[in-house]
Amino acid sequence: MELLERFAAGDLDAFESLFRQYQGEVYRWVMRIVRDPAVAEDLTVEAFWRAHKAHAGFDPENNFRAWLRRIATNLALDHLRKQRLYVELPDDLAAEQKPDSAVQQQMRAVLRKAFAELPPRLRIVAQLGLVEDETYAEIAEALGISAGAVKLRMFRAVRVLRKKLQRLGVHA
Amino acid sequence: MKKSTNGGMNADEFAAIREELRDAVPPLGETGHGTELRRDLWPDMLRRLERPPVRVPWFDWALLATAGAAAIFFPALIPALLYHL
Repeated sequence: MELLERFAAGDLDAFESLFRQYQGEVYRWVMRIVRDPAVAEDLTVEAFWRAHKAHAGFDPENNFRAWLRRIATNLALDHLRKQRLYVELPDDLAAEQKPDSAVQQQMRAVLRKAFAELPPRLRIVAQLGLVEDETYAEIAEALGISAGAVKLRMFRAVRVLRKKLQRLGVHA
Repeated sequence: MKKSTNGGMNADEFAAIREELRDAVPPLGETGHGTELRRDLWPDMLRRLERPPVRVPWFDWALLATAGAAAIFFPALIPALLYHL
């Protein structure tokens, strides 16, 4: 019996094999979105837990990796929604300490703030596409939307970002 | 983006915002910070699997049913209830 068939049948050993095979990949993906190692670890475990809970509904002919990534992406998006109002990007991960002028440092801080304030569904696309350089197809698959919708959201994210910066008095 | 169009926005503006954003929020792949898993998460997974599902106590259901019945049979109580919430 194939590994995915055993997983779908509820075999815990098969689940463990899949967990060990994909935990690093899921963690890296979630980390790119939430940028916090502790949160990324929690969300990775939660994603696998949800996958395990839904094992009976999984078709072994389908792509397990894509299915798992979509679960993890939705969890990360939920996390962005919850943290949106009061948390900025962690400084240690968001920006290296560069020997720049105070103006440049301030500009970066303003941009980070504006980025953190983006609506989560735009921010996740901007994060993955503009910052992490993921392809439209990859982002679309993870979010369960079309590549066209990804393009549209990215364009809107940049437009919102530009408006926010202009409102804050920063030329962009 | 590896393959991108800019959806009609001026390409230079789009590229400028993108560069400034990547300067303020560096890609994790480039900084190398925290992109690799530091430990095996299987023990955490096992703990998560063993955790009993959250169950609503029977008393809460009874309270909800009583409140619902009261609202149906004595609708005049609703404003009083809302006042005390």
